[in-house]
Amino acid sequence: MSPKLERLSQVLQEVLGDKLRSIVVDRGEVTIDVAPENYLGVAQCLRDHADLCFEELVDVSGLDYSTYGNGAWSGKRFAIAVHLLSVAKNWRLRLKVFADNDDFPVLESVVGIWPSANWYERETFDLYGIMFSGHPDLRRILTDYGFVGHPFRKDFPVTGYVEMRYDAEQGRVVYQPVTIEPRENTPRIVREENYGDVGHG
Amino acid sequence: MAEIRNYTINFGPQHPSAHGVLRLVLELDGEVVERADPHIGLLHRGTEKLAETRTWIQSVPYMDRLDYVSMMCNEHAYCMAIERLLGIEVPIRAQYIRVMFDEITRILNHLLGIGTHALDIGAMTMVLYTFREREDLMDVYEAVSGARMHAAYYRPGGVYRDLPDRMPQYEVNKFKNANTVRQLNESRQGSMLDFLEDFTNRFNGYCDDYETLLTDNRIWKQRTVGIGVVTPEQAKAWGFTGVMLRGSGVPWDLRKKQPYEVYDQVEFDVPVGKTGDCYDRYLVRMEEMRQSNRIIKQCIEWLRKNPGPVIADNHKVAPPPRERMKANMEELIHHFKLFTEGMHVPAGEVYAAVEHPKGEFGVYAVSDGANKPYRLKMRAPGFAHLAAMDDIARGHMIADVVAIIGTMDIVFGEIDR
Repeated sequence: MSPKLERLSQVLQEVLGDKLRSIVVDRGEVTIDVAPENYLGVAQCLRDHADLCFEELVDVSGLDYSTYGNGAWSGKRFAIAVHLLSVAKNWRLRLKVFADNDDFPVLESVVGIWPSANWYERETFDLYGIMFSGHPDLRRILTDYGFVGHPFRKDFPVTGYVEMRYDAEQGRVVYQPVTIEPRENTPRIVREENYGDVGHG
Repeated sequence: MAEIRNYTINFGPQHPSAHGVLRLVLELDGEVVERADPHIGLLHRGTEKLAETRTWIQSVPYMDRLDYVSMMCNEHAYCMAIERLLGIEVPIRAQYIRVMFDEITRILNHLLGIGTHALDIGAMTMVLYTFREREDLMDVYEAVSGARMHAAYYRPGGVYRDLPDRMPQYEVNKFKNANTVRQLNESRQGSMLDFLEDFTNRFNGYCDDYETLLTDNRIWKQRTVGIGVVTPEQAKAWGFTGVMLRGSGVPWDLRKKQPYEVYDQVEFDVPVGKTGDCYDRYLVRMEEMRQSNRIIKQCIEWLRKNPGPVIADNHKVAPPPRERMKANMEELIHHFKLFTEGMHVPAGEVYAAVEHPKGEFGVYAVSDGANKPYRLKMRAPGFAHLAAMDDIARGHMIADVVAIIGTMDIVFGEIDR
């Protein structure tokens, strides 16, 4: 672990203390996991604390763990991974928050802290159906107007449910159930731990 | 007394200045923008979802189609993410090739960005000149990968193959006679590096030409100076990166601050703006092209002197050379497994970011140990930039909206994914 990462994880432990569920340093990156009820407070602290200075929110990514490791996952289903960047300190942090309720995941919005979260949260809501309470304008963003469902959830088929075509008789565009069959050329395989060990190429 | 009310208009999705399929709902008070509401997603192809259903290597060509004017930089971030997950080293020659092509891509991107920006606000000539130079650089793409745009040249572990010894030649056809073809082929007689070196020697002169056309151009300045001003604090709060951040005077460049590949071995300067308006960002882009040119020159010099492997010698990740695959049973098995089942990437998560021409392009990859990604998230710089459109455009005239779209260098492939 480089001295910089060591310092960052030390500062995080000092500042956030027992609000941290876990802190992992892996492959040169620091990941912290916080409980949803502490999320907003931690976010505020990460931005404003003089030793942390995460003034930029770079990315918010939704995650659906329902088929992780072909069903080996036992934790909560939905999570977000927030990537933060400090221009002043030149370090990065990944902040992960798991939503408590698998059927209706709700997290607090950080738009008030980092305005750039606005569209990222809209995207996460659109694709994963994670609600953000306190978001000023939680509309769909990437999918079609009037789209039903959350396409990036693992139980949403890649082919989708509806397709669109122009109907000459009705003289307009119509939606109909998909006519293509889902197809998988290469099956998804999780091998044992050391299979094809890259270190012994 | 006449009734005064705001006027709502639809800008795009088929507007030529919308840089693709941007639908912008503008609320106007006379000619002043009161509110701008960008509607995106008209080019959404679900790249991230598709990538979950393909093996790791099959998604490389998808990356080209994200930001389709800076293809190789997208591939770079993706390959870097896989390499970090696997923990493999890229051969030094491949690192230099990558840096060289990243900079070629940067020039390609800025040429298109500045050319179309100028076209959008009325300077018709620029785009004709910049596309002339893009042609040469796309020929370099073609020489090295066979494709002028969607190269799929970077692979996990290195690059697909070494630099070629010859350039593709023009041929006589009904539009070009033998004389024209001979002139065009003059600089293409040597290897690809010779051609590129010739280009880098010419390129500073071209930049001077562009500056003559625009930098002191009164109309260009009237349209860009003081338009779309972003303060450093705003830029950080809105998640800006790249030129949009540097234009506001923040000296932040991943190539310097968090160097990857061999960026710490090459010399270059990072230009920053002062006022954070469209004109400053234009100047930053111009200077960045000159700096990229400088980096390319250094890479050419190094690459001439140092032959070597260009892809990792680990056949669980990178395919074995063709000749060995034909002669050796084990290599044949490696080849077969790699192109059917694909590589298995150890479980974990990683965020790899590169200094893409538009800003920070990041790939967040989560693997559960399978032959396919569990989750792949692309962090597109343009997404954050466009998200701030409402705040930037408010209070500007409607014609300035076009200048702001141009200065953000919006490309919908990456924003809609």
